[in-house]
Amino acid sequence: MIEVKNIVKKFGAFAALDGVDLKVANGELLALLGPSGSGKTTLLRIIAGLDWPDTGEVSFDGENALARGAGERHVGFVFQHYALFRHMTVFENVAFGLRVQPRAVRKDEASIRARVKELLDLVQLDWLSNRYPSQLSGGQRQRIALARALAIEPRILLLDEPFGALDAKVRKELRQWLRSLHQEIHVTSIFVTHDQEEALEVANRVVVMDKGRIEQIGTPGEVYDNPATAFVHGFIGESIVLPVDVREGRVRLGGKALDIAAHGAACGASKLFVRRHDMQIGPAGTGALEGAVRHVRTFGPIQRAEVALLEGETVIEVDAPRDREIRTGDIIGLHPRRYRIFAAQD
Amino acid sequence: MQMTPSQSSLISASDDLRTEPRPVRIVIIAIAVVFLIVFVVLPLVVVFAQAFSKGVGAYFSALSDPEALSAIRLTLLVAAISVSLNLVFGIVAAWAIAKFDFRGKTFLISLIDLPFSVSPVISGLVFVLLFGAQGYWGPWLQAHNIHVLFAVPGIALATIFVTFPFVARALIPLMQEQGTQEEEAAISLGASGLQTFFRVTLPNIKWGVLYGVLLCNARAMGEFGAVSVVSGHIRGETNTMPLLVEILYNEYQFVSSFAIASLLAMLALITLVAKTILERHLDEGQQPRGD
Repeated sequence: MIEVKNIVKKFGAFAALDGVDLKVANGELLALLGPSGSGKTTLLRIIAGLDWPDTGEVSFDGENALARGAGERHVGFVFQHYALFRHMTVFENVAFGLRVQPRAVRKDEASIRARVKELLDLVQLDWLSNRYPSQLSGGQRQRIALARALAIEPRILLLDEPFGALDAKVRKELRQWLRSLHQEIHVTSIFVTHDQEEALEVANRVVVMDKGRIEQIGTPGEVYDNPATAFVHGFIGESIVLPVDVREGRVRLGGKALDIAAHGAACGASKLFVRRHDMQIGPAGTGALEGAVRHVRTFGPIQRAEVALLEGETVIEVDAPRDREIRTGDIIGLHPRRYRIFAAQD
Repeated sequence: MQMTPSQSSLISASDDLRTEPRPVRIVIIAIAVVFLIVFVVLPLVVVFAQAFSKGVGAYFSALSDPEALSAIRLTLLVAAISVSLNLVFGIVAAWAIAKFDFRGKTFLISLIDLPFSVSPVISGLVFVLLFGAQGYWGPWLQAHNIHVLFAVPGIALATIFVTFPFVARALIPLMQEQGTQEEEAAISLGASGLQTFFRVTLPNIKWGVLYGVLLCNARAMGEFGAVSVVSGHIRGETNTMPLLVEILYNEYQFVSSFAIASLLAMLALITLVAKTILERHLDEGQQPRGD
């Protein structure tokens, strides 16, 4: 198990990590998800031993990892831009971790060759073993970088934006491939991403980070359906956000009380979050909200309507199935089926 | 696709718009060519013509003169010392500057450039001030019978000073562009610092290193000003090739003087060719990275 306790890391006055606690169980596939500047890559580098925290603890299976350098932690690191050794063939890249071992534990040449062959088979690229990194496509480099990191039999695999530099189609394929690879070899893995879809689709558990802090840890379903904070609700999935006011157990928008329960939200200025598809559309007068349709766009299985709310002069976008007839200029009723209210932070 | 006449004339018209008119091009190229001939080709031709003016026999006997041989030996020795020391210094300095962030980094970079902006004569004089009989350490050195000035150590010191930017300057931009990710990858794979340097860093910069060494060597062998101040011009002992060229010329021994000068000219030509080859390798080395 990897345990991170109260990590603080500052670059000058900027706190990249501001008190982070995290436990990762063996065999997990964990995603660190957050916008750029949220500290996720810094956390990954600290776990790898490529950066050092100002304060805090990192331990692997109870051992203090901070007492060891990056080379002694047995961590496989896959860099965002792969960092393949450009002057070595694919084969030598993968063999590197085996060749630099101290003489006492180093394998003989035949075992090294067998092991590299095995890894290249695992990533299905054994036919590229004599090429140089510059001759490979992005997706191939990515898989070679992974094979190289796995060569040292790491106890943890760390991947920094593993799909960031790839085009959309290759990205999709590699996501599925990474997940099935994890099922096959079951090494504890942590990957960093800013792409929520990627995190939700690949990981067993997602850690959502913002401004150097962890906002929520949970399964993909939990962070999507039960966001713990306003940030998580806004960052994961698309949300409609309404500035509301909670007073005496009533939710008010633009001075008018809405016909929805406050669910025990604290008094004061708040934000109401609704998933787009959770906003039910009906005839005028049937929902908690009412609005005038300003514009309708149809694409794929849905139509998206831009609605100016009669309450509070807000414009929102809602999704509706294609078979419901909506026309520009209609007055429609809107009712949030599921929603969350968070205190406004600013 | 077939091009209609109007399309093709459009293209040639825009071609003309993109370059200068023909007469202007011819004039500009002619100026460059004349300039090159007057300042580079003619002097080179003169050097060789003068060197061989009394025949091939005179040329080789001038080169096999004991004084000439001594100057060649000294020049090679000084170049070997200064190039190897500057190789180590240059790699270390470039490594520190490119791969680490520390206070005073810009100051160190401008210090490295200092020999480029200081007149070589001044560089030589500094060593006279430090090691001369009236200098700071002169009396102590004399008391211990150590000869720095007017001897090989002084010439080597002065040469090291004027040539120390070359290797570092060739490597800093290269190493900065390459970044530290490959080194980080090597370390996380368990490589030690030395293994990382010899297996990852050095192979990545080898062409840059050769490039720096080449320029450093050319300057070390050709340096006149700084060496002239510290050498003392002791014949057969502390004269390097450039110094001997001047001395022989002043003594109206034109064939000998230009014979030695022709060696330096050949060094320049070889350096030029090697430099072109190395530059091609350096360009190849800078392939686009992963994205």
